[in-house]
Amino acid sequence: MVTKIMNWFDDRLPLTATIERHLTKYPAPINMNIWYLAGVLLVVVLVIQLLSGIWLLMNYEPTAEGAFASIQYIMRDVEYGYIIRYMHTTGASAFFALIYLHMFRGMMYGSYQNPRELLWVVGWITYLLLCMLGFTGYVLPWGQMSFWAAQVIMSLFGSIPYIGEDLLIWIRGDYLISGITLNRLFALHVVLLPLALIVVIFVHILALHEVGSNNPDGVDVKKFKDEDGVPLDTKPFFPYDIMHDLYAIGVFLIFFCAIMFFYPDGGGYVIEYVNYEPADNLKTPDHIIPAWYYTPFYAMLRAITFPLFGLSAKFLGFIVMAAGIAIFVALPWLDRSPVKSIKYKGIYSKFFLVLFVISFFVLGYLGSVAPSPAKTLLAQIFTVGYFAYFLLMPIYSKYETCKPVPDRVKLS
Amino acid sequence: MKSALLASIVSFIIAFFVSYNLNAASGAPCGNYLSESGLTKGQCDSAEVDPTDIASLQRGAQIYMNYCLGCHSLKYARYKRVSEDLEIPLDMFQENLIFGDQKLGDLISIGMDSKESKVWFGNTPPDLTLEAGLRGPDWIYTYLKSFYMDDSRPLGVNNKVYENVGMPNMLIGMQGEQFSVCKQIPEIASNGGIKQDPLTGEQLFVEKCGFLEVKKGTGTKTLEEFDQSIKDLTNFLAYMTDPMKKERETLGVYVLLYLFIFTILSYLLYIEFKKDLH
Repeated sequence: MVTKIMNWFDDRLPLTATIERHLTKYPAPINMNIWYLAGVLLVVVLVIQLLSGIWLLMNYEPTAEGAFASIQYIMRDVEYGYIIRYMHTTGASAFFALIYLHMFRGMMYGSYQNPRELLWVVGWITYLLLCMLGFTGYVLPWGQMSFWAAQVIMSLFGSIPYIGEDLLIWIRGDYLISGITLNRLFALHVVLLPLALIVVIFVHILALHEVGSNNPDGVDVKKFKDEDGVPLDTKPFFPYDIMHDLYAIGVFLIFFCAIMFFYPDGGGYVIEYVNYEPADNLKTPDHIIPAWYYTPFYAMLRAITFPLFGLSAKFLGFIVMAAGIAIFVALPWLDRSPVKSIKYKGIYSKFFLVLFVISFFVLGYLGSVAPSPAKTLLAQIFTVGYFAYFLLMPIYSKYETCKPVPDRVKLS
Repeated sequence: MKSALLASIVSFIIAFFVSYNLNAASGAPCGNYLSESGLTKGQCDSAEVDPTDIASLQRGAQIYMNYCLGCHSLKYARYKRVSEDLEIPLDMFQENLIFGDQKLGDLISIGMDSKESKVWFGNTPPDLTLEAGLRGPDWIYTYLKSFYMDDSRPLGVNNKVYENVGMPNMLIGMQGEQFSVCKQIPEIASNGGIKQDPLTGEQLFVEKCGFLEVKKGTGTKTLEEFDQSIKDLTNFLAYMTDPMKKERETLGVYVLLYLFIFTILSYLLYIEFKKDLH
């Protein structure tokens, strides 16, 4: 009976073939470690965000007059509305925490190298979309920080020479951030961006399953196959990897729910205290800081304090900030190393990767506090450190001595 | 590899501590408020909020509805929810805590016109539903007890936490007249100990100004009673910001228990499947 039904479908849709290709016969390297969990957890968070988002949408009012009150309506009057909202706010932070881990994994094990360049580029697009989703979503509660963060970020476009001022009005749809701006950000946040995100993630997974997963040793597991043509050092994704992931999802959800139920503000990081006050265009908050996941880039923006070549400091800061986000996409072509994994790369690669991580965290901290001359200097130093990892890579990755890479994966 | 891994772990730990410290320092600072010992300035006193103390919340609601609601709305909350959460019978709540012709299901709004009140006080009295989230309960508690007599101000009072605030001291009848005074306090040596005269061994004192002192007999409540009252009021405002806290945390325990069981079972399943691989 089941076979009959499957046959009926298989004649009309590549059902069995798809299941085999992506689940039961997808070869996952046996030496994948904890860093490889971020990907599946990102899918879990995506589902959480989509579902909680739909339910929020049922009660949210996208107008300057009603947005703030409708959030409180969701929190107080909608049955379990507070769970839906906290799910979405915690989910946003989790999304970024996981995607940073996911990207760092790729950088550590050289997952962007041949043949996975396109996979990396598509992944970078998902990160870009996520940044836009985070920003547009952040404005929707229409609190003070929503308003002023939008003001600061949008004004960056105004710093572009010649076209800036007109461009700014075109983007805002008004001479100030207003209900019109809120409406367009709302439209982007709930329709265009999530739709694009889903499509791009789909392509990301398709591309992954075309070239196969990388692994901590960075060796090609497809080199050695058994008599059936199955790579030796792999296991079928379903059920073996799924079981592993299920356990990881359980652990992840414990952390997720602990924050969601007991520390929904996340100490002011998940939900900023300033956002408890409705947006007021006449009252600027003392410190305008972006959400924690943008703070490294915000620190770069503020680090540029001097005009150069007739360009304003603000515009240069904007360029540096945009470059900080954009430069990830160039990684596959910056890395000239013959080996993939940091395990077998030389000392310089290790040094610069550590420098990158430290710079990222220090910048993240500096972006979340009020600036001072000493802190600005620190931000400048670590901005250089951040870019050094990328821009010097063609040199240090080419001329360092690497360790020999084994033919097959090593199990520790 | 190991070094890179180690470095990232160390960075995460650093990041955690940084954020933990920031967290501890969050909440608005308390202006010129001088602590009782005179050693710290601008640090709020703890309001010791307790969302499970229903009696305290009830007393807080009573003070709020009688003293604060004239100017400060709670426009995102509804009367009925407050009466249910605070376990006050509906008819009793309707009779004693709702003024005018407002209904139980209504939002807690006020009749005062915001444009006019801006002229009267220099600023429209803000809605306080989310004030405890914005400034933190400790700030509210310290602010409420920091009013002092100041003839230079139009309303005759000033505030240590919020200098030149436009708000009158509504609770002056309970608290009595409080003044900003100077006191002799023990001088502190650079090593943190109490400074002594090197010859006589006697304690040294310095004069410090800005302490708050209530003139005895001017208020209807004792210092302790008044302190408890504003703690109750603060507790009520903390509840207002986060009315679902109790329900959320109760539910959270069950959710976590379920997830623990789920995780253990999925771990056992994973171990079972892993056996196939070797």
